[in-house]
Amino acid sequence: MTPFAHATTPGGFLLVLAVILPVCAVLAIFACGPRSAARIAMTTLAAGLAIAIAIAVELIASGAALSYVVGAWRPPLGIALRADGLSGAMLVMTALVVVTVGLFARVQYGLHDGAGGGRAQTTFWLMLLALWSALNAVFVGEDLFNLYVALELLTFAAVPLVCLDGRAETVKAALRYLLFALVGSLLYLLGTGLIYGQYGTLDLLTLSRLSRQEPALSAALALMIVGLLAKAALFPLHLWLPPAHAGAPAPASAVLSALVVKAPVFLILRLVLDVAPPQAAAIAGQLLAVLGAASILFCSVMALRQARLKLMIAYSTVAQIGYLFIVFPLAAGSAELPPWGTIAWTGGALQLVSHALAKAAMFLAAGVIAEAFGHDRIADLGGFGRALPLSAAAFGLAGLSLMGIPPSGGFVAKCLLLTAAVIEGYPWLAATILAGGLLAGGYVFRVIDTALAIPAVPVAPRRPVPRRLELAALALAVAAVLLGLVPLRPFGLLQIGRDGLAMAGLP
Amino acid sequence: MTLLLDLALVAWLLALAVHVVVQRGERSAIIAFLAFGLLLGLAWVRLAAPDVALTEIAIGGGGTGILLLRAEAVLRGRGKEEEPMTRAGKLAVAVGCAAISAGLGLAVLSFASPAPTLAPAAAEALGATGLGNPVTAVLLAYRALDTLLEKIVVLLALIGVWSLAPDGVWDGAPEVKPAIVPGPLTYLARILPPFGIVIGVYMFWVGADAPGGTFQAGTVLAAMWLLVMMAGLKPPPDTSRPLLVLALTGGPALFLAIAFLGSIFAEGFLAYPEGLAKPLIVAIEAALTLSVAAALAMLVAGPARKAPAR
Repeated sequence: MTPFAHATTPGGFLLVLAVILPVCAVLAIFACGPRSAARIAMTTLAAGLAIAIAIAVELIASGAALSYVVGAWRPPLGIALRADGLSGAMLVMTALVVVTVGLFARVQYGLHDGAGGGRAQTTFWLMLLALWSALNAVFVGEDLFNLYVALELLTFAAVPLVCLDGRAETVKAALRYLLFALVGSLLYLLGTGLIYGQYGTLDLLTLSRLSRQEPALSAALALMIVGLLAKAALFPLHLWLPPAHAGAPAPASAVLSALVVKAPVFLILRLVLDVAPPQAAAIAGQLLAVLGAASILFCSVMALRQARLKLMIAYSTVAQIGYLFIVFPLAAGSAELPPWGTIAWTGGALQLVSHALAKAAMFLAAGVIAEAFGHDRIADLGGFGRALPLSAAAFGLAGLSLMGIPPSGGFVAKCLLLTAAVIEGYPWLAATILAGGLLAGGYVFRVIDTALAIPAVPVAPRRPVPRRLELAALALAVAAVLLGLVPLRPFGLLQIGRDGLAMAGLP
Repeated sequence: MTLLLDLALVAWLLALAVHVVVQRGERSAIIAFLAFGLLLGLAWVRLAAPDVALTEIAIGGGGTGILLLRAEAVLRGRGKEEEPMTRAGKLAVAVGCAAISAGLGLAVLSFASPAPTLAPAAAEALGATGLGNPVTAVLLAYRALDTLLEKIVVLLALIGVWSLAPDGVWDGAPEVKPAIVPGPLTYLARILPPFGIVIGVYMFWVGADAPGGTFQAGTVLAAMWLLVMMAGLKPPPDTSRPLLVLALTGGPALFLAIAFLGSIFAEGFLAYPEGLAKPLIVAIEAALTLSVAAALAMLVAGPARKAPAR
């Protein structure tokens, strides 16, 4: 074993806080009752955002990964937490989205049932905070079983959000989501058991330093990745996602689509990069890219055909997740260039973050529209841009990022991926990226066109919507656009803490 | 002789598994599934994993069984809206399961022998915790973070189930008493709980040094409470009742408090000060046992159905 594996670094305690603080708030809300739910949640959102920013600052200042050995029990017996540059970016992205969604929900619930918390409102705050804990635990986890627990936490926080309104159809969607997620967890757990049986450790850093040629490892990783794919809703395992994400209340849809499906993708990335044997990783990368491309094409077409706005956005999520999987063969790297030094790595990370911001913005904008008009049938929304100019603008700006039009984070991401596909010799992936962009243009412009239409009878909002509600969506959309200002080259932050890991291909 | 016993056990398990799958009547399939859980517990005993065996029997045989039987009782008599699974669907599931089983079998057979294990390291470090049962040391010292988060998962599952209640009665009480309480059930509910409580407390207490622990003890206590509620001797509490909330949050809250104190008075978050490890762990386990018992019982009882008594 490697005695130098994990050691607590200065600032490592921030990782514990990132995971544990929201959990403390969950207990506090549960104990204090519904009346104080929103207040406790707001305080926690502010503190959590500060922690995420502190972690990022510490990462950039020290230029090295943060680690914390929990309970001073060193792995492999104990558990370590670790945040490298990519984890840091994920933590900040999560904090931004969760806080904005929290502010949106505070205003929206304020419109309906005042300060006193009812069933849906209290459950929402509890689940939002638990979900944040789970996401942070996934992003800083270093132990395969600890990551399993984080995934379970994520599942049990996400599923109740789907059926908050209690209608039979959303309960059905939630149940279907639960079944997919549990089968995924089961497969992941089986793989974890196999890896422990083979190597006697679950620590990712230790595993990455072993020679990994055994067939049991390939079998274990195959099980784990299939399980995670079910949770990430990659084609053809996406069937649960559209009804679940479209049926949830707007703020819940925003976190589900922007953040929750990203956690399994992040774990697949870690497994393929840090644990998989190089040859098997290459084959798995090709397969994942084929499924990713199928996701992009099939679900973009499905999005074009939806009559309801929220279902359209949900199908777009599956399509955009596909881009994250075509990164695998493109970022395979080579002997002189590690995967995290490639432009595809930066492109993939940017796609992940820009999609999170843009998709959360879109769902919040759709929430405002549903709040104002009482429905989200695209055909009956003609001219809604006059009534809700800010929401229409938010939708349009977020759409720029999904289509990959400059200036936006999505443009930089897709441009990097396209360049990588051409350089690495994957013309079919390049064609898929272009086709996906065109299809996204199709479904985004359908809504923009509706917003700017001048119907014979202009649509009038059922009730006035406060400006603050619209501003939340706009802020996220603007952030997605601003991401486009990062330079078009491998991004320094994403490489912090990677060089210490074993390189694929070393003996 | 033991080989013969093991072979018989395997044959029984396989036969029961097939029976559960092919059985058409839901009720008898569930009962066969319960028997399967109990036999699986025996198999774990044969594999020298008594802690797993206890959990398997308590959760796989007991908890899941009550849930399934209650679900079947609710669904019986209602028209089945879903069409039964097609032959192709069944075939796909069968092929998927067979492929996974084959893959697992191949992988397990390819393991190095002797398999690498952390068991010696876990036993070696026991001294620092003052415990005698390495399983408890894994759960509450070496990997305490997992246990802490798992308890939050249980709580989230309960909040999720409660959120299924209609808006008006959300903070009211669930309903578990059947329309007609059979006589034997009332009799059992009067006789069994004193013994069950003693067994539960004993399981928690020996957990520090012998097989047993919070989850198994919590399950036994939950079963006793459910028995009393189902027989109608004591109605389920309102979900917002302070005492229930205290029982549910007490375990995780104490765990968190001691974890944070560890970062001040010991080597870090979730570390125990030297010499105090065992008493602290036993205190956490006691509070967690109550939390697990309350959470499991309320999970089985389901969402609220009556308006709160206010």
